Amino acid sequence: MKDPYNVIITGVGGQGNVVAARILGNIMAERGYKVTIGETFGASQRGGSVMSHLRISGKTVFSPQIPKGQADLVVALEPIESVRVMAGYGNMNVKVLANTRSIYPVSVICGEQNYPAIEELKASLAGLCSEMHFIPATDEAVKLGHAILGNVMMIGAVAGLGVLPFDESDFEKVMAVYVSGPKMAVNLKAFEKGMEMVKNN
Amino acid sequence: MSILTDKNAGKTALLMGNEALVRGALEAGVRVAAGYPGTPSSDIIENLAKVAGERNIYVEWSVNEKVSLEVAAAGSFAGLRSLCVMKQNGVNVASDFLLHLALSGTRAGLVLIPCDDPGSISSVNEGESRHFARLVEVPLLEPGNFQEAREMVRWAFELSEQFRTLVMVRSVTRLSHASGNVTLGELPESDAKAYFRFDGSLIDAQTGPVITAPVPMRHANQQKKLKQIAEVFETSKFNTYTGPENPELLIITSSVCSLYSVEAVRLLKLEDRVGILKIGTTWPLPEKLVKSHIAKAGAVLFVEEVLPFLEENVKVLALDNIEETGIKKYYGKIDGTIPSVNEMNPDHVIRALTAILGVEYSGMSAEYEQKANITMFTKSPSRELTFCPGCPHRASFWSIHNALAMDNRDGFVCGDIGCYTMAILGAGFNSIKTAHAMGSGTGIASGFGKFKMFGMEQPVVSVCGDSTFFHAGMPPLVNAIHNGSDMLMIILDNRGTAMTGFQPHPGLDVDAMGNRAEAADIAEVCRALGATVVTSDPFDIAGTREKLLDTLENGKGARVMILRQICALSPEKKGKRQYEVRVDTSLCRGTDCGCDRLCTRIFRCPGLVWNKEGGHAQIDEIICAGCGVCTDICPAGAIIRSEVTK
Repeated sequence: MKDPYNVIITGVGGQGNVVAARILGNIMAERGYKVTIGETFGASQRGGSVMSHLRISGKTVFSPQIPKGQADLVVALEPIESVRVMAGYGNMNVKVLANTRSIYPVSVICGEQNYPAIEELKASLAGLCSEMHFIPATDEAVKLGHAILGNVMMIGAVAGLGVLPFDESDFEKVMAVYVSGPKMAVNLKAFEKGMEMVKNN
Repeated sequence: MSILTDKNAGKTALLMGNEALVRGALEAGVRVAAGYPGTPSSDIIENLAKVAGERNIYVEWSVNEKVSLEVAAAGSFAGLRSLCVMKQNGVNVASDFLLHLALSGTRAGLVLIPCDDPGSISSVNEGESRHFARLVEVPLLEPGNFQEAREMVRWAFELSEQFRTLVMVRSVTRLSHASGNVTLGELPESDAKAYFRFDGSLIDAQTGPVITAPVPMRHANQQKKLKQIAEVFETSKFNTYTGPENPELLIITSSVCSLYSVEAVRLLKLEDRVGILKIGTTWPLPEKLVKSHIAKAGAVLFVEEVLPFLEENVKVLALDNIEETGIKKYYGKIDGTIPSVNEMNPDHVIRALTAILGVEYSGMSAEYEQKANITMFTKSPSRELTFCPGCPHRASFWSIHNALAMDNRDGFVCGDIGCYTMAILGAGFNSIKTAHAMGSGTGIASGFGKFKMFGMEQPVVSVCGDSTFFHAGMPPLVNAIHNGSDMLMIILDNRGTAMTGFQPHPGLDVDAMGNRAEAADIAEVCRALGATVVTSDPFDIAGTREKLLDTLENGKGARVMILRQICALSPEKKGKRQYEVRVDTSLCRGTDCGCDRLCTRIFRCPGLVWNKEGGHAQIDEIICAGCGVCTDICPAGAIIRSEVTK
């Protein structure tokens, strides 16, 4: 693992960005890493773009903000948010993991701006990263019973990428603080689905 | 069990900065905690409230920050270690009492944690609380990382008790709302007895009355304490230096800015040329420590946020000691090397270092940056902040905006602080035309409402939240009533301090710790003050508009309208839909009808989107909260709602 390994989890307020970052951060902290998570959640419920910065290091505490151009992995809970992050933190080695489910900004809803087609987005993003995976996390999560499980699928997908040293048992250990019983089972299912989707992508 | 009350000292866990601050207070045996909600500080009192029973603590959400500091001070006077928490703006509110408290002194440890918001990520200003420490003459600490956040709060209580003075521990958003590894310390046994002793001498605040007189004596005493505290700070472990013995450039920094500085020096590989003096005891400065480091350095760069607090204080210190420090070049906010507004980040420090030392660095190639920017602008439509789906404020401002437009006399709205501040944007149909501090909309409206004598005929409306009403809305309302101001105060009552996470306020029948509490009825309070009061449900679009038009046309003097509907994110509402909503595409006339997409072009709820291919409106099933308001705004009756059967 590159040290520090810099992850950006991005999405739209209300998507569960902060919790997703907290889960991944806890997984890595449990594995003995020094983790810093920087969060912007002032706009967390109000339709704005939200970003969490995770710095994962075996050596020392890093600052809660990733320096320009230094992201290693971008996890986008909403597709166009992946592109927004690139302008500040992207580089030709960054990997991108994106959910395909769109949340339209009001600028699009009211007709002032256009929302790109996913294929169009992919074509642009291809020139800004080393690899990208678009997975229908929200769609699959709805099949499992709740859209919010899409975030767990995205974490499963991170595990599936193999860029960070953790697996399903690490995830289960951290989730045990939040859920148990059937809720744990559905979370594990979502995690596995995420892993599977990224491997078949 | 909560990690906050975990008895395994030595255990390491990932804690949010605010959680680390809480853990420090618990380890210090805090008995009383009070505050008023405000991002990024709110989680501190919330977390303390959760463990209040287990740790035998009294925790309260006070009506405002000044009262919260008074409550915490009472704890100190009664011999209980006490904590007060607020966001930066709150220190302005509490400052009158703060000044007096600095003079009277304290008894048991009393710590104030102000959380600043550099870059105004969740604020409408980027004020600084650090200057209050110098202004009222109390010591100020600034944690530089998560571990220090825990340790510093614990130590702050000891320091406060040693010198019988309030101690400030200043946090910022990027510490409070960031997370990092924290190793836990010991939790003490919970044991406390409160008693206020007052039988001692008039000039002994420890046994006699706690007062500020005689002022010259007490003022001199506080200044003497500060000199002694500065001596303690000289050897504090919270002041650290890393770098060469004689650095070409010395960075003097504090708070999370120290982490940005370390990162910048590392990325530029300047460890052999640049030293970093991280100050944890920001006021009063440890003079000997600071001047010895300046003496050994070639030049000095200040990295801090927001105002040049360290910079000014160190410069004064250096001038007083110029024979020891030597004549040095100082870089920082004052000479423009570091931006004087907004929050810091590693890149600001990198830019300053490359400029001063003439080194080259690029975190991103110009070619990549250009490509990424073009992609962002063309493929990533901007996300303006908006009200949540199902938010009562969207419905309220829809009616307010339409009523003022129909009234047709250039009426306008004065706003203040809350989610509803976003009504300055399209989210609230650009209704708010002044926005300042808590309660200020009503104060400003009280003024506007008196200007008929100068020919001002515009209707004047203010908006104020329910929590804000108790915090700072009552004085301007009573002012307007007493002075005969012609204005309408609209109280947007969404049953809680919604913006900061649903903390209770005096209008609710529950307190911070979840106990049943006396609820003050806002309508009754307003009537008792002398206002006429009308109440409406903002989801009743037609009814609310009629009531608004009536009071705009016929109302006289200061009137109150309460628009009451629970916040869509409240625990009792979240995830529960009142209606299933769908669009009947055969009825939706799209762009062809006279409405020209009123629903999506103007109303702009994130749960109601425009299907471009089909040429009709469409409900986003995942986002829609099921409030059903859009049914009433569609002129074609194409948006159908049906009550969800429970």
